[in-house]
Amino acid sequence: MSERKPLLEVDNVTLRFGGVVALNQVDFTLYEGEILGLIGPNGAGKTTCFNAMTGVYLPTEGQIRFKGEQVSGKKRNKITKMGMARTFQNIRLFPEMTALENVLVGADAHNTTSVPTALLRLPKHWREERQSKARALELLNFVGITGRSDDLARNLSYGDQRRLEIARALATNPALLCLDEPAAGFNPAEKVALLELIKKIRDSGVTVLLIEHDMRLVMGVTDRIVVLEFGRKIAEGTPEEVRDNPKVVAAYLGVPDAA
Amino acid sequence: MTTETVKKQRWKLNLRDRFQDLPLPARITAMAVFVVLLYLLPTKAFYENLGFPIPMGSGYLPFYTTGSDMAGVLFQCGYYILLALGLNVVLGYAGLLDLGFFGFFAVGAYTVALLTSPESKLITEYNWFESPWPWLVTVPIAIALAMLSGVLLGWPTLRLRGDYLAIVTLGFAEIIRIVAKNQDWILNGDRGIPSVGHPPGTYSNGEAIFELDFAPYYWLVLTVIIVVIFLIRNLANSRVGRAWVAIREDEDAAELMGVPTFKFKLWAFAIGAAIGGLSGSLWAGQANFVNSATFSLENSILVLAAVLLGGAGSIGGAILGGFLVIYLPEWLRSVGDVFGWPTQVTVGGIHIDVSPTSLRFVIFGALLIVVMIYRPQGLWPNRRRAAELKDRQKEVAPVE
Ligand SMILES: Nc1ncnc2c1ncn2[C@@H]1O[C@H](COP(=O)(O)OP(=O)(O)O)[C@@H](O)[C@H]1O
Ligand SMILES: [Mg+2]
Repeated sequence: MSERKPLLEVDNVTLRFGGVVALNQVDFTLYEGEILGLIGPNGAGKTTCFNAMTGVYLPTEGQIRFKGEQVSGKKRNKITKMGMARTFQNIRLFPEMTALENVLVGADAHNTTSVPTALLRLPKHWREERQSKARALELLNFVGITGRSDDLARNLSYGDQRRLEIARALATNPALLCLDEPAAGFNPAEKVALLELIKKIRDSGVTVLLIEHDMRLVMGVTDRIVVLEFGRKIAEGTPEEVRDNPKVVAAYLGVPDAA
Repeated sequence: MTTETVKKQRWKLNLRDRFQDLPLPARITAMAVFVVLLYLLPTKAFYENLGFPIPMGSGYLPFYTTGSDMAGVLFQCGYYILLALGLNVVLGYAGLLDLGFFGFFAVGAYTVALLTSPESKLITEYNWFESPWPWLVTVPIAIALAMLSGVLLGWPTLRLRGDYLAIVTLGFAEIIRIVAKNQDWILNGDRGIPSVGHPPGTYSNGEAIFELDFAPYYWLVLTVIIVVIFLIRNLANSRVGRAWVAIREDEDAAELMGVPTFKFKLWAFAIGAAIGGLSGSLWAGQANFVNSATFSLENSILVLAAVLLGGAGSIGGAILGGFLVIYLPEWLRSVGDVFGWPTQVTVGGIHIDVSPTSLRFVIFGALLIVVMIYRPQGLWPNRRRAAELKDRQKEVAPVE
């Protein structure tokens, strides 16, 4: 473990909303090339953890470092440009843009065409459009929604919308992809397909942080798991270690709909 | 039959798509013919040869505004179309509610007036320069100043969301008007600035082109509109346009996908303001006389109505909307003249002005309500909104 490079360090992060302590001294490290599962019952603070990482909220205490650099306080779009991309628990696509355009917005994160270049149709505009479009089509193909590129995002099926969100996030060329319950609402067959996709993403060189409710799903795909409950980290380790941890069992037994 | 062919056939019914299906040379020819027709619009002979029946002895010509100079109406339509195109960038693309858009028109108009009028206080009192500047030179300055005021207004406010922006922009336009009305030191209040300069150019006989005849002004503004459309399209179909729509759709998600939201909102604001200023400078080039009375709040509302009526986010919609809000009342007045619609009625000794131009806010209020109920995406929505409406109708229909 010692020779692995840390990519994301969540360092004793506490985040309060008024009286609610959504994160309580949460502390974990994500290493390059792994798939880390972030699990816990509803309201445990998983989404809040994503929000703190991606700059939506500022931690009350503690630090978050990405590639060794402090991210808290940085602008959200800058954090994305540093190589952290995410999806949302409640799908947040741009509904009136086509699937292709949604992905292009992600690809634009690293483009620099602004008003003068676009206005005058300078070569840089054409070059970036061409490259981004090729990349976007490739990603739509990668997540398996090739035929849908010209459909409005709002007209895609639920499953395709989830896939499109992943493609849009990947288009920003992330080193770390954060997926917030990507399998929510999926049937077993769709879940299996999603697992394959997540593995494919990891194999393409992207580190993955996966929030998931479904314990079995996480077991099958993650290298390590961090368990949150009431904003605290209660366990961390390999899937086997975590599964046999009595605290985790208790946390999950306390929540009947956890499966 | 695959869904693809079903879709294709349904689209065939759509005029716009039929046009898109034509081969490129045919499309270009059709567009060229259309543009030529646009340039012919101020000519009375054009209407006489349309072949529509003319009510006998009435003097009424279909589509022609017999009540006022057709070229003048078209010129006014022109600068309102420009305004609508500008507001469409701000509101339609980026989704920023600007209630004081006419303020930028005022900045443009006053800039031109102050620099081109020999009676400008910059010359007579402050001796900034000796003789008035040519109109053409002042237009870029007017655009730049309008843009600057857009940036200055947007800088603090675009960090806020929603209602704040609407209130601040409303205040901005009103402040300009009130300052212009009450301050004597430069804008000269209601007395205004006379002898504003005109665009350059003379006919071969030495007469100035841009004088009392409205037609050249219309041709000028039409040409400007065509150029502006091309530029806006360049922006809309680029990283900039995508960023705008993404911001409109979901600002947080856009930012988290790497869109520098503040920067692009500011750009939208600056570009809208520049187009507004351009419109104001064209108007001032014709108006001869600029005072604060021109910049009432009603005008901002009229531009807003134009964009919403036509269809926010659609260039065609902005054009149609800008055209309708000016042309429709004038045309109604012409029709009213033929059928003896009174300009004034007296109820209980009170004289009420009921000419269509005075009633235009009533007309557009009613029209807007009807359109928003039956066609909420506007009269000429962009393709997406049109598609969305079809989907909504499908959703409303029982599925199972
Ligand atoms: N913006 C917010 N304001 C106040 N409380 C919040 C906010 N966001 C999340 N919380 C609270 O923080 C806790 C953790 O929520 P969340 O991170 O969404 O949980 P999870 O994603 O693990 O289900 C919950 O108690 C939730 O109500
Ligand atoms: Mg959550």
